[in-house]
Amino acid sequence: MRRLAAAAALGMVLLAGAAYAAGEEELPPFLKTNWSFGGTFAADAFGTYDRASAQRGFQVWNEVCSSCHSMKLMSYRNLAGIGLTAGQIRAIAASKTVPGDLNDQGEPTTRPGLPSDHFASPYPNEKASRAANNGAYPPDHSLIVNARVNGANYIYSLLQGYVEPPPGVKVPDGLYYNKWFVGHQIHMPAPLQDNSVTYADGTKATLAQESHDVATFLYFASNPHMDERKHLGVRIVGFFALMAGLTYAVKKHVWSDVHKATHDEER
Amino acid sequence: MAGLHKSDFQNPVLNWVDTRLPILTLMTKEYGSFPTPKNFNYFWNFGALAVVNLMVMIASGIFLSMNYNASTAGAFDSVERIMRDVNYGWLLRYVHMNGASMFFIIIYIHIFRGMYYGSYKAPRELLWMSGVTLFLLLMATAFMGYVLPWGQMSYWGATVITNLFSAIPGVGNWIVTLLWGGFSVDNPTLNRFFSLHYLLPFVITGVVFLHVVALHITGSNNPLGIDPKSEQDTLPFHPYYTAKDSVGMAVYFLVFATIVFFIPNLFGEADNYIPANPLQTPNAIVPEWYFLPFYAILRSVPDKLFGVICMFGSILVWFVLPWLDTSPVRSARFRPMYRWSLRLMVLSMLALGVVGAHHPIEPYVSIGRLATIYYFLHFLVLVPLFGFIERPLPLPESISKPVLRRNFPGGGGPLPTGAAAKPMEKI
Ligand code: HEC
Ligand code: HEM
Repeated sequence: MRRLAAAAALGMVLLAGAAYAAGEEELPPFLKTNWSFGGTFAADAFGTYDRASAQRGFQVWNEVCSSCHSMKLMSYRNLAGIGLTAGQIRAIAASKTVPGDLNDQGEPTTRPGLPSDHFASPYPNEKASRAANNGAYPPDHSLIVNARVNGANYIYSLLQGYVEPPPGVKVPDGLYYNKWFVGHQIHMPAPLQDNSVTYADGTKATLAQESHDVATFLYFASNPHMDERKHLGVRIVGFFALMAGLTYAVKKHVWSDVHKATHDEER
Repeated sequence: MAGLHKSDFQNPVLNWVDTRLPILTLMTKEYGSFPTPKNFNYFWNFGALAVVNLMVMIASGIFLSMNYNASTAGAFDSVERIMRDVNYGWLLRYVHMNGASMFFIIIYIHIFRGMYYGSYKAPRELLWMSGVTLFLLLMATAFMGYVLPWGQMSYWGATVITNLFSAIPGVGNWIVTLLWGGFSVDNPTLNRFFSLHYLLPFVITGVVFLHVVALHITGSNNPLGIDPKSEQDTLPFHPYYTAKDSVGMAVYFLVFATIVFFIPNLFGEADNYIPANPLQTPNAIVPEWYFLPFYAILRSVPDKLFGVICMFGSILVWFVLPWLDTSPVRSARFRPMYRWSLRLMVLSMLALGVVGAHHPIEPYVSIGRLATIYYFLHFLVLVPLFGFIERPLPLPESISKPVLRRNFPGGGGPLPTGAAAKPMEKI
């Protein structure tokens, strides 16, 4: 009875495990890169944003992606989180045009942006953006990393995934072949090539570098409080580890007379 | 009989209060000197942990509500505003979101503890049934809470789950319309779910109170499943179990904090970071992990109505477990057959959890059906049968006996008869 049950149990676990490993998606594994903020135990626990990379990533996003994608939940002031100064932020905001108040005739107006404004969107609404993009909607980028499984690695790979379609595969007009997109046919034309931007800090703008930087910035946009969260986390987890040790010591002490009595009895 | 309570408190202020409202006497009796079996293992921590978790949920929930906007147009953005702009809003939200998962981990262990050590048997039937009620209320609360952030999974999960009720003959569609407040999951649904999500935790608090009152009438069960016979078998709750519960509490907060601060989206679905869109069905609609086994049972049954019956039945069967179990022995330590069947049942649940997370294709379909069958076989056939065919191991004479024996074998074992316990001076 015992053996039989054990064998049955083991069989079931193995079966479920094998089924799990078989998976359901046939995309190639993502490209590998090192993130300052995660991927290894040390980076997950203590890693903060690589601010230089995030700032370069903002440059890529601002110069390239923002012509199609919005980032409605971000405000210009949030850029302080990647180390931009108040002056830089004011200048970036002022270079954008955002909707203003109604004028005295009741007509809509526009004005230069302020640090407190949300990021200006490239299109007034979803319909307009579909009209401009072959019917496809470039999704808002505020949460794009969190909204995809393994988001940073996915975006890093996706941006470098534009390759010649395998022989025999016909890609319709307005669609592009991408190794890492589900179904492999995406409405987004390859947004980045080598030297799509010129980095002010002299970093070589290879496709991989640009992809890495913009993915770092997008991770920041999805998780603007990550640095603060981990910083606080190390102290709080440390505190409870200490408490666990202390309470255990107290418990042992309190129970020592019970255990001692037990042992005395035994002798 | 009306009249002032005679209080033992020396402090004049405390005495004054206690004379009129004997809450201090009550607390001392129930949590100070309360005689508690001396042989609890760490499984006995989880009830206290559940109470703490409930308080954490209520506290974080009240502060979330202050910035939450229950409307289809505003819900998603208001949750993100909490995450980005409210001071420590990200902490509140991650605590609440992961607190729900912690709650289910704790409750599942707590329920398993009850099943393993036979805590549902006489005289604890009502205690057990109030616990099953709590589990159902918890599921309802968590389900409605998950709808509130109004992401893709919130919306589509709500649509799938509420639609289940339409399988009920006659009144099904009426119930669904009532849940929706209209003809699909929409603004009225979100509004009533928020209202109920705020209400139910306080209903839970009330039932927890009944649960604890019932516990303090019957007293706790223990790993041996035999009743304490003398004072030697018990210890005062304080300081022994307050100390032991503190250890559990610290470990619980350690695990909880690690998740909240370092892997806050561990239990989450990426799709729920996409705002709800009624026109676009996600690739896969998956409920939260804690519902997966029941969801898998639902999908394992080819017929919709029967599937819904099996899904709800898989939990409702716990209500009658005290009467399905025909064995007089409580603890699985002394029940060789029951012990194995219970382990297999747990394994079926785990397998169902994996199955529920995947598209209904092979081999998941077969594994799901097998596990579903075993699940019901266990409760409806084997558990009633074991009482007649199982030969339990000999029970120890008293709790202090096996405690007295070092290297007490996990499976019990024959004990020397007639060796009466000697009094222990220390306690
Ligand atoms: C010419 C317009 C355009 C530009 C420029 C552009 N995108 Fe896109 N993007 C799109 C469209 C259209 C889609 C929708 C694709 C689809 O659904 O087939 C999209 C989709 C995406 C997706 C989502 C893919 C998915 O999993 O659904 C990501 C991520 C993305 N873009 C990142 C970027 C980044 C990063 C940049 C800047 C380097 C960028 N895009 C620049 C048009 C653009
Ligand atoms: C039994 C205790 C509770 C459970 C199990 C529970 C569960 C949940 C869950 C699973 C979510 C979705 C989390 C997410 O994905 O974002 C949620 C959200 C929410 N809950 Fe609760 N909750 C409980 C108590 C409360 C209480 C007492 C309140 C209010 C007083 C409350 C207010 C809210 C609010 C405002 C939200 C939306 C914000 C958000 O999604 O983070 N909850 N709850």
